[in-house]
This record gives sequence, structure tokens and C-alpha cells, in this order.
Amino acid sequence: MSEREIMEYDVLVVGAGPAGLACAIRLKQKKPDLMVAVIEKGAEVGAHILSGAVIEPGPLDELLPGWRDEPPPVCIPVTRDEIWLLRPGGKKTRLPTPPQQKNHGNYIVSLGATCAWLAQKAEALEVDIFPGYAAAEIRYTDDGTVGGVIVGDMGVGRDGQPKDTYMQGIEIHAPVTVISEGVRGHLAKQLIARFDLAADSDPQTYGIGMKELWRVQPGKAQPGLVQHTAGWPLDSKIYGGSFIYHLDKDRIAIGFVCGLDYADPEFKPFEAFQQMKHHPMVKDLLEGGEILSSGARAISEGGYQSLPKCEMPGAVLIGDSAGTLNVPKIKGVHQALRSGMLAADHLAETGRAEGFDAKLRASAVVKELHTVRNIRPAFYKGFWRGFVRAAVETVTLGKLPTTLRVHADHGALQKVSEYTAPERHWVDRTLPPRDRLASVYFATTEHDEDQPVHLQILEPDVCTTRCTTEYNNPCTRFCPAQVYEMVEEDGQQALQINAANCVHCKTCDIKDPYQIINWVTPEGGCGPNYQNM
Amino acid sequence: MKILVGIKRVVDYNVRVRVLPDGSGVDTDGVKMSVNPFDEIALEEALRLRDAGKADEVIVVSIGGDEVQQQLRTGLAMGADRAVQVRTGESLQPLSLARTFLKLVEREGAELVLLGKQAIDDDNSQTAQMLAALWSRPQATFASRVALDGGTAKVTREVDAGLETIEVDLPAVISVDLRLNEPRFVKLPDIMKAKRKPLDVVTLEELGVTVEGQLEVSHYAPPAPREKGIMVEDAAQLVAELKNRGLL
Repeated sequence: MSEREIMEYDVLVVGAGPAGLACAIRLKQKKPDLMVAVIEKGAEVGAHILSGAVIEPGPLDELLPGWRDEPPPVCIPVTRDEIWLLRPGGKKTRLPTPPQQKNHGNYIVSLGATCAWLAQKAEALEVDIFPGYAAAEIRYTDDGTVGGVIVGDMGVGRDGQPKDTYMQGIEIHAPVTVISEGVRGHLAKQLIARFDLAADSDPQTYGIGMKELWRVQPGKAQPGLVQHTAGWPLDSKIYGGSFIYHLDKDRIAIGFVCGLDYADPEFKPFEAFQQMKHHPMVKDLLEGGEILSSGARAISEGGYQSLPKCEMPGAVLIGDSAGTLNVPKIKGVHQALRSGMLAADHLAETGRAEGFDAKLRASAVVKELHTVRNIRPAFYKGFWRGFVRAAVETVTLGKLPTTLRVHADHGALQKVSEYTAPERHWVDRTLPPRDRLASVYFATTEHDEDQPVHLQILEPDVCTTRCTTEYNNPCTRFCPAQVYEMVEEDGQQALQINAANCVHCKTCDIKDPYQIINWVTPEGGCGPNYQNM
Repeated sequence: MKILVGIKRVVDYNVRVRVLPDGSGVDTDGVKMSVNPFDEIALEEALRLRDAGKADEVIVVSIGGDEVQQQLRTGLAMGADRAVQVRTGESLQPLSLARTFLKLVEREGAELVLLGKQAIDDDNSQTAQMLAALWSRPQATFASRVALDGGTAKVTREVDAGLETIEVDLPAVISVDLRLNEPRFVKLPDIMKAKRKPLDVVTLEELGVTVEGQLEVSHYAPPAPREKGIMVEDAAQLVAELKNRGLL
């Protein structure tokens, strides 16, 4: 193995999401002479990111005053909010809109398109953006400080051997690395463990978000309408709900989030999403339309209690790599932007990671998280008690002295012998996609099959023994892309990993009850190719 | 020897292409654009020939608006020495493209032109052939193997009947097929180096090309959705169903 080539920068940003790009832009605004690079594993900026998304424009106004004169390509002002409680049998009840869901002044955007738009602004400021390259490992200096990343090798065969196209990944050295990989970033996971950044916080907890972009029949979409639902098809013990955002050009962004702390080992999040679409209120909207795109990504739900220490020697964590999403608002973009800008201000001033965590905790980002900190954990006792506590927390502006603790998702799954699922009143489905494979088609995810499998099973024997008896292999159900399948091989059950289907959502890494699934980056440029998601 | 490689900016092969509701074209709004995959293979071959000492310079060329500079920079990052953009706002048809390439060939004094066999957006497979005819030089199309030897090129072509090997005198036009090579990955430092390599811009007027469109696209439509089939129980039912449909 020859010495890797080295590129040097003043600041290296890992991940071209809103946090990373805001950080890069702000850095160049404050110190134009800084050499700043952003590395992104998606084939282009926006390829791996998706979100509803309704965003609060405040931080954008601060970062890019005048952005409204040339807004991102998908940008619809919110006109109206509706909250619905769906019930079995096609029933529904309109609920009053809580303050966190009043979206007047906000915009419905495509987060992917917005990131591409932010990337253009960054490049205009001479940030070097490198899509198609995966930061595979952290590079440590001699004294154990984070000193940049090692880009993944390309052209490696499934057997781990170099192919004809083999290209060794370079090293990118920087005195400060900004980790903005989004939820459950694989480098963030390693760094949090190595530097014990979660020592004083609760474990992070997550939801899985699944989304489809539809073109519906003309006249059905009402641009600017923001709808959220709770209740059916979930039972009262599973946290979650849907969003339906009406865009322009007869497009609807529809999606479903469920907390990954669900207990039912047989539960199928993807199926719940598809069920929701068959409620008459939603089915009517979608009937006769076509799917443009689909995808899934984990979302961070731990908020204040789960925020790790966001600095370490040589690096900082920003955005959802830290976990800054505001759950009752279901908005994280404004928080990500803010945290990126805060990191940039700090780095421009001091040139080092040290001191960032204190600034973050004193900032509006964490203040906002603190106000809503008890809402998500309140739902651990079920929907109705959560609803009541959420109302109390909202009315008291989060000023009550207690703080509920946040639990880890992987420990919440109950064994098949111990759990009986309630009747969920699910219906026969007619709308596309028929199943997860049909859905993955619309994610246009692509991986060269001849590369090492990027889903590492650290104790493979567990899959066909303990996991089968205890949980009936839940990975075959919680993965939205049907990566995991139990198949018969020589009369035995075996785990088959269809790595090429992976949409990089990180759900498996999160929800696996034994925590033996370790997601690592595949070759750069692989994965989903989301457009306008 | 100079090698000219034409690259086209096309919708990325991963994109699920969608026809516009009014049938006037394909929705390219916000869609990922890339170098035509066959053109990447052509460029890779040109770079290998240069690196083997069979050529001195690889010039990568694209015809279109300033957005094609993104693809030209990718070509430079892969290793091309120089890039030329023929700036035009019009969408050119193969005959006009071939005429443009001819002017470039003459301008640069190129002895070999490597093109992709077809673009994945229009699938025409005409430009290489027309260029050769206008240039009055040989063509070797659908190449899966290229060997240069002095003033000739031995090219193995993928044809319907199998593989055909021909020998053509240089200068010539070669269009490349999938199995010719696997394009190299671009190293990050080369992306930075590419920013400093020369990218010249010329116009059709400066080249002296008159654009003539002989074809007018009337309508785009998606393929008709496949009808649901039926499962038959046995051979007798199969025969009955085929007869019902007038197929037997």
C-alpha cells in the first residue's frame, strides 16, 4: 500500500447538507482567505438528502440576506396548516393547530434542491465542494487529535481486492474538521465513542422518515397547504405521523415518520406509510397520480437530552450529527443552518474546535431544544398521555423543572414471545408502490455490485440463531429498501444482504436490537440519486 | 498526434426520465446531468493511447451552453490536456454536430477523433458516421478494442453477428462501445488541477458552421404501460387464450 496523496485545507466539512454548507458559506463570508472544502458522498449535492420540508427562513435571512430574490428552485410559501387525527374505518378528526405547527411565514422546500442551491452559493465564494467522494475514516494526528479524513478507496472488488480501476483514496488534512454527516453519521458514531462525547447525555433516539414525491391529477394539490396527521395507521404505542405538503406543478410531498423506539418486533414501518396513503382523505389526493421519487432517512428525535458534547480535539459536530432537530415542530433545517453558522463564527474567531460546545449550548439552537425537551419523551407512555403532557409543556413553554429521560431505541424492541400487537385495522392496498422493491426503484439508488458490502455484521452467527428466535429478524422488516432478507441456502436459513438497494437511511444501524449492524460508507458516488426530495 | 474527443452533456443514466405533460419534451428541470457514458469511455481510450505514447495531446470538446463547462472540467480532471467549448444556445442535430466537429478537427489538426457510439438521450448514433463522411476519412464504429500501429488502427467492432475486426488508415473517426474499457475514477487533486487547465470558448460563427435542422420533433410520449397478463392453468387454457386473441 503506497503512501496516500494529501490535500490540505484550513477547514474540512464532511457532508454537504444544510449544516455543512451553511458553515462553509459563513466561514468564507467571515474569512475569505480560508481554504475550505466540503466533501460529500452523494454523486451530487442533494443526492442523499431528503426531508418534508417546511423550513423557518430566519437563519437563511441571516446567512444570505436577499435570498428571497432568487430563491431555491422549489420554494412555496405556506398558506395554511391542518392537523388531522386519523381513525380506523376512514374516519378523521380535525385538531387545533398547536403553536409549534403554525407555519405562517415558513416555506415548503425540497431540501435536496435547497442544498444544491446553497452549494452554488458556496462555490461562488470559492469553497471547494467535492461530491462523489466518501470520507471513509478519520485521520488522526500523532497525538490523537482529529486531523482530517481519509477518502475511501475506489475500485475495490467485493472480495476486498483492488480491481483494474482501483484508485486509492487521498487524505485530506485540516486543523479542524466539521462533522455534518446528518443523522447517525458513521464518522460521528466513531468519534462519539472514541472521545466519549455522550458521557453526560442520554442516548440519541431516532425516527425513520419515509417520503414520496407525487405528481397528482391537476387541481388536487393546493400549493402552500401543510397537513400533518397522527393516529391511524399507528396504534397508540407507536410514535409517529404523516406529513402532506402541497407544492407547485401538481406535486405533493408526502411522508411518514415513526419513532424507532417501537416495541413490536413484527412492525413494518414501510407498510404503515403505505397504509396511511390509503386513508380516504389521502387516497383521494393521490389517486390517478404518479410517483416521481421516493426515499427514506432516519431523523434525530432525542433533542436536548441526547445532545452529545459537540467538540473534540480537532473537530466539531453540527446539525443532526449532533441531533439538533426540533421534534414537535418536526423541523431541523433552521437548527442545522444555525449550528453551522455558529461553528463558522467560532472557527473564524478562534481557529480551533475548543469552546464550540459551550457556545452551542448557550445559543438559540439549544435554547429551542430545551423548550421542547419533554415533548417527545412524554410519548413513551403512549399517545394520549403524551398528547396531554405535550400540551402542558407547550403551555408552560418548557419551563417546568423536570426533564424526562430519553431512552435508546434498540433496547425498546420486545421479543416475539413477549409482545402481542394490537389490531391496527390495516386495509388492502391499491396505490403504488406495491412493495419496498417497487419503492426502491424510485429512489434511483445505485451501487456497483462488485464492491465490499458496506453493511457490516459484527457477529453474523446471531442473525440465524438468537435473532431469529428472539425477534424473528426484524431487519427484514424495518429496512425500507429490503436490503435484508432471510433466504434458504443448502437447507439452512441465511441472511442475504442486498447492499445495492441501500438508501443510506441508517435505520438498521439504529434499530438492530443487538447493535451488531455497522453501517460504513460504500464507494463514493453510490447510493440514492434523490431529485427534488 | 492529437486526439479529439467529443463529450456530450446528457441526463445522468440513473435518472428516471419523465416526459413533460404536454409531450413537448423530457423534464430536465433540476435533473442530474453527466458526461454521456460512452463519451467517458472514448475519453478513457484517448487518455490510455496518450499515456502509452501513441499520441501527444488529448483535446476534449463539447458543444452547448456554458453549463457544458462542468462536463469539460470533468474531462480535464480525468486527464485531458485541453478543453474546447463550442458555445451555442441551440440544440444541434447530428449533421450540424458533425460539421462542427469537422471544423474543430481542421482547426486543431487532429488525426484521430474518438466519440461515444451514441448519446443516451437521443440514441441517434449518427454523428461519428457523418463526421467521417464529411471528412472523407474512414470510420470504425462500435469499437470494443482499438490498437494503433503506425499510421493505421486495428479496431474490433461489436456487430449484430458478433465481432468484426477492421483496419483503417489514420486520420479516422472511431466511435466506442461499452466493452472497450472501464473509465478511470477521478482523483480529488486532479479536480483541482483541472481548474487550471485551458478551456477555450469558440462560437459556431467563428468556426464558420451554418446550422441546418432537417428534423423537427413533433411529440414525446412515454412508452405505453404494460398490460397486466393472466396466469394460465394448463396448456389447454394457453391454447384457448391464444386462439381468443387471434394469435393462433
